[in-house]
Amino acid sequence: MEEEKKVRDVVVPGEEIVVDGKPGRGVFIENGVMHSMYLGIVDVRSGYVNVIPLSGCYIPKRGDKVIGKIVDLAPMNWVVDINAPYYAPLHVNDVPWRVEFGDTGRFLGLGDVILAKVSNVNEMGQVWITLKEQGLRKLEGGHLIHISPSKVPRVIGKGGSMIQMLKDSTNCRIYVGQNGTIWISGTPDGIVKVIKAIRMIEREAHTYGLTDRVKEFLERGDE
Amino acid sequence: MTTKFSEGVVAESKRSYIHKLAKEGMRIDGRDFDETRPIKITTGFIKRADGSALVELGDTKVLVGVKIEPGEPFPDTPNLGIMTTNVELVPLASPTFEPGPPSEEAIELARVVDRGIRESHTIDMEKLVIEEGEKVWVVFIDMHILDYHGNLFDACGIAALAALNDATVPAERFGFGEDFKLPVVHYPVPVTFAKIGEWIVADPNLDEESIASARLTVTTNEEGKINAMQKGLFGTFSYDEVKKVINRSLSIGKKVRSIILGGENGEEN
Repeated sequence: MEEEKKVRDVVVPGEEIVVDGKPGRGVFIENGVMHSMYLGIVDVRSGYVNVIPLSGCYIPKRGDKVIGKIVDLAPMNWVVDINAPYYAPLHVNDVPWRVEFGDTGRFLGLGDVILAKVSNVNEMGQVWITLKEQGLRKLEGGHLIHISPSKVPRVIGKGGSMIQMLKDSTNCRIYVGQNGTIWISGTPDGIVKVIKAIRMIEREAHTYGLTDRVKEFLERGDE
Repeated sequence: MTTKFSEGVVAESKRSYIHKLAKEGMRIDGRDFDETRPIKITTGFIKRADGSALVELGDTKVLVGVKIEPGEPFPDTPNLGIMTTNVELVPLASPTFEPGPPSEEAIELARVVDRGIRESHTIDMEKLVIEEGEKVWVVFIDMHILDYHGNLFDACGIAALAALNDATVPAERFGFGEDFKLPVVHYPVPVTFAKIGEWIVADPNLDEESIASARLTVTTNEEGKINAMQKGLFGTFSYDEVKKVINRSLSIGKKVRSIILGGENGEEN
């Protein structure tokens, strides 16, 4: 990954991309040439040319695990804010409980936080999410922070190395949603430390040897 | 409750986390209960204004411009200058700010800042008379919120004072003799407290503001006088709490005042 970074180019919206490959995400074609849709970096992966935006809100993808907040209740569904362009409805058929009509508030209330999976996205960007899978649930307690969705891979690290290191050194439970919402649970000291480490990762996401520096930071303890 | 100053639904976990921290005497960003966020003041930021200041209070950013023009005095105060304050909550500053006529929050904010400056007699209005009953100087204080991350009251109050302190009356431009420095004689500093559970914290940030039950702004001047107070939100303060808040606002205000006056007037009492 570090090797790839050296050749990645920054592109601005509308800029022509002269790279061999099929058009992927963040790219549109005009007069047979690929152009970037965002301010971002060009990423060529398995024959597809993608532009990964430097910032912006979360664009949902089917199968992503996301952390969302309940913002509204309806008789047959909850409305969940997953930091995407649209709120995502969570239908009562998509939860592991048997919910009577109009009884949604007994299971999930306003402000509750859930770990859910994106079950479907249509071409308009509307999202449907589900809780019906192993490991998906309501998150009790803990604390939430937000980072840019494009920096999620850096927080997780190669094969989950970064996040594992954070968990091991602070004894906190951490979930990172693909939408850039991170849930942390543990002692207040641990949470503060994790937040500091994540802010450091966010700030230095574009640099090399980040894992080592974060490790050093965690061992050093403060600042 | 949804106001422009909150994000609507607050995650339950955020609320309980902030309460849990408060119980241990901690705050979400590691500050003490009486500690303000770092304050950075850049005066003279707008070259074409008669006085200006860019204030950063943590991640909250406010730009204040002061414009001084001749105008007619009010009939009941022919021997006094005029001061008006105005706040713009531009949509750029926060996802919850919308364009359109000033919201309730913007008006409250402008009034609290205005009251602090007016009631402390910060500007010596009698010196702003050009011709009694005919012409006086009108001081416009325009505040633009550039970035909203909690506690606009303090950020605006600090910025307004810094901008006034930086202002020059442009008499020469209008043919009324020589330019002179705006006569600023008092230095009121607002300090805002938020009540979170049973705890009261100074200079609440966005997260703390969104879960606060009550808010109290106390403006005090360099003589230790209370110039203005404003309570917000639905929660309550007990009599003892208000007394404590006032004492804390005096000591915090003193520190903030020395930052505002920092470079130029050096120290003050």
